[in-house]
Amino acid sequence: MPKADMPSGALVLLLLRVLRSGPLHGYAIAQRIHTLSSDVLRVEEGALYPALQRILLKGWVKAEWGVSETNRRVRFYRLTAAGRTQLAAELSEYGRVHEAIRSVLRTA
Amino acid sequence: MGEFFRRLRYLLRRRRFDRELAAEMAFHREMAAREGGMPLGNVLRLREEAREAWGWMWLEPIAQDVRFALRILRRSPGFSLLAVLCLTLGIGATTSVFSWIEGILLRPFPLVIGQERMMAVVGTNRGVSGHDDVSWPDFVDFQKNGTLFDAFLVDRIMGTTLSVGDRAERTSGSIVSANYFDTLGVRPILGRGFQPEEDFGRNAHPVTVIGYRMWKDRFRGDPGVIGKTQMFNGMPHTIIGVAPEGFYGTFVGWAMKFWVPTSMQERFSTTYNLEDRGARWIEGFVRLKPGVTPAQAQAEISAIARRLEIDYPATNRGRGIKLFPLWQTPFNNAGTLLPTLSVALAVVGFVLLIACANVSNLLLVRAFGRRREMTVRLAVGAGRGRLLQQLITEGLILAALAAAGGLLMAHWCRNLLPLLLPQRGGLTMTLPGEIDWRVLALSAGVGLISTLLFGLVPAAQTSRIDLASALKADSGGVVGGRGRALARSSLVLVQVALSFVLLVGAGLLFQSLRVVRNTSPGFSTGRVLVTGIDFKSAGYEPQRVKTFEDELIDRLQGLAGVQSAAFARLVPFSYGSYSSAPIAVDGYQAAPDEQPTVDYNEVGPAYFATMGIPLVSGREFTRADNEAAPPVAVVNEAMVAQYWRGHDPAGQRLQVKGRWIQVVGVARMSKYRNLVETSKPFFYVPLRQGPLGQALQIRTALGAGAMARALVREIHALDPDLAPAEIITMQEQVDRTTAVQRIATTMLTVFGGLALLLAAIGLYGVMSYTVSQSTPELGLRMALGANPSDLLRLVMSHGVTLTGGGVLLGAGAALGLTRLMGNLLYHVSPRDPLAFGSALVVMAVASLAACLLPAWRATRTDPVRALRD
Repeated sequence: MPKADMPSGALVLLLLRVLRSGPLHGYAIAQRIHTLSSDVLRVEEGALYPALQRILLKGWVKAEWGVSETNRRVRFYRLTAAGRTQLAAELSEYGRVHEAIRSVLRTA
Repeated sequence: MGEFFRRLRYLLRRRRFDRELAAEMAFHREMAAREGGMPLGNVLRLREEAREAWGWMWLEPIAQDVRFALRILRRSPGFSLLAVLCLTLGIGATTSVFSWIEGILLRPFPLVIGQERMMAVVGTNRGVSGHDDVSWPDFVDFQKNGTLFDAFLVDRIMGTTLSVGDRAERTSGSIVSANYFDTLGVRPILGRGFQPEEDFGRNAHPVTVIGYRMWKDRFRGDPGVIGKTQMFNGMPHTIIGVAPEGFYGTFVGWAMKFWVPTSMQERFSTTYNLEDRGARWIEGFVRLKPGVTPAQAQAEISAIARRLEIDYPATNRGRGIKLFPLWQTPFNNAGTLLPTLSVALAVVGFVLLIACANVSNLLLVRAFGRRREMTVRLAVGAGRGRLLQQLITEGLILAALAAAGGLLMAHWCRNLLPLLLPQRGGLTMTLPGEIDWRVLALSAGVGLISTLLFGLVPAAQTSRIDLASALKADSGGVVGGRGRALARSSLVLVQVALSFVLLVGAGLLFQSLRVVRNTSPGFSTGRVLVTGIDFKSAGYEPQRVKTFEDELIDRLQGLAGVQSAAFARLVPFSYGSYSSAPIAVDGYQAAPDEQPTVDYNEVGPAYFATMGIPLVSGREFTRADNEAAPPVAVVNEAMVAQYWRGHDPAGQRLQVKGRWIQVVGVARMSKYRNLVETSKPFFYVPLRQGPLGQALQIRTALGAGAMARALVREIHALDPDLAPAEIITMQEQVDRTTAVQRIATTMLTVFGGLALLLAAIGLYGVMSYTVSQSTPELGLRMALGANPSDLLRLVMSHGVTLTGGGVLLGAGAALGLTRLMGNLLYHVSPRDPLAFGSALVVMAVASLAACLLPAWRATRTDPVRALRD
């Protein structure tokens, strides 16, 4: 099955959504998206880390130190309150747009 | 907002962030590799892309440049120190003069609002040059009829005597209109300012606002001082307010210690002026309404003055008003210092140029040393623009350091000017340099401009580097190339020329000061002492003053060593104004719009003998010329020439203020206000027939100290509560009026010396560099039989050529430029050969000194070593 690249605007939404269930480190985020999308979506370093910096800057996540499953000290990203609000807003916006696109596709 | 702070926090802790990001990405790769992924891409590149999100990438190359520049500057501390020092002197001198101009000319009044709309109000007399004051009735009419003005302010500086012991302490105050504090926006820290009604009624409002210093010194900062009284001129004044700290009034040069309202004018003067349109005493200011131009304001006030001329011809014929910007105010030290400060500005511009030329030269030498570095950087692909940016960064760092040093220097120099001016007992001089944001901006601007100036030549040299040949050539051996040597020599040429101009300027001012000081004032200066007794502040009635004066004179003349003594209303060369009156003379026909007005002084018996002013004909005043006797006058030679066509006027009549008086003598010309004035008609009337006299002149062989003690003794014998003011020689009195010339001379000498020093350093630098670079050539010459004196001559002749060229250039420039100093020069031609000659000698000595060491080093060249290396 061919690997699809991430649609650009959706990456932040996915990051926020994946982090909602708990703090994760960078690699785990990429893995989680990969698995949850049934190996369709692959997040490359070149997209993941700039995006993480952007949401750090926005204040939607906070970085904190933790220990990985392989017993390494690594940065975990935790969703902040602002991040939750943002996620809710983006989800409803996504739902609206998605619904609109579907209705166009259905009827056109 | 939070985003901005996170961005800032990132900037501050950027290193840690970057380290963490790197660790995180390494971990990512490790995990990916373990699970069989194949991470692609350049790690550094990826990290940089991630960092870009924080928005600080533009800073990177700049920070890099700054770091590199600092490293380079630290690596050659000698060079850096010398460059920064030269620039600091240049920028510091410029900033100091800027701060003086700001503090004295442009914004002279601390704490005062709307200064940029303030103008000085000065009276004029048709056909007469110089300035005059304004009368109170005129002032009120201007205020009533002027529509373009926010406010009219009366200001008249005056003095009074505060405490009396052995030495009376003078203090300076000001008579101001009631709107003074409100208009200036100066709110008293205690109490209130004046109220409108306090302008009116003869001596009706003995109230005063005291200055912060007086409050602190005399009242020990007493918070309950409001309502207390202070004696001024024999009258208790109620203290109604205390001015804030740092407010000195509106007289450039002297700090005012207290203020009284206009209604109190008579109390602080010898005559009552408030109802006399002919009595001119106000040195006033106006504040224009916003948006009104000085020309519009001038037009309106001139129109009002013309109406007053028609309405009141007896007092106002030929009288006008002129508005001056504050920096040209003729009645305070702004006007007197203006020519000096403008010349100083030009001079520091020269000093700055010379300093820049020096730094430029230093950079050229270093650029040569760094040619390999530059070439290599070019070869590995750095853009020329990038190299230029690096050089400019280095220049800016030098300039920034120097600008900081310059500000420090200006800060130290801010109170230097009063030190150059004569001090007067009890009075506080204030001519502060003001370092505000404008001066800061200007010095930053100067730093930038000088960076461009000194950075230009080396940068141009760098951008001309030819890769191929530069990499091939060895770094040593070849002397800089023709272009570079030419650039360096021209810089030195310019430096020598500029400092020569300054030396000529200083020489001219020296000459002028010498001429001024050799000018005879027309009276004795060495053996005449002057002082004053403030009868008014002691509460003396006129009759008591007269009795006291006669008794004191008798006692003084009985002292051994005292030849004669006389009172007068005013000492020549003092700040106070002479009386002035419209006159008429039998047989003299005035032009239709001319109202002859002549200054005069009221002098006691034996005044002319005491002062040493010879009488051409006629007699002195005696005690018999008193209130009861017919009025008499002694006129000066200029008056005889103008009004009696040179015929001896003894026995003729002179009408003064409508009263006929008889001329009894003719006095030889003398100077009345300063040494440089032109000869003017002037006359004298007996003190007994006029107002009170407080100035005492004593002709004596005693020194000032001994005389002071004797005088105090004699005065105390008559009245233990009275004391004289400071006692000085007439010479000192005269010298005080040449202070401005001395300031100009001192300033130009200091800056000229500075310029000379910088130019000598520049010359020395070029010469020693040339010698060190041409070691092989010198060695070859020696090997071929040249002896040390030949080499000395060779090197010295190079130096002499440079100096000679510079002097020629400078002499040409000086001939054009010194004309601009015209109004600072007195009876000295701007082409004075002595000034040019001495400048030449000084320059020659300095340049010989600068060349000698390098030349001597050339003679020590070891031919074997020079050729082998």
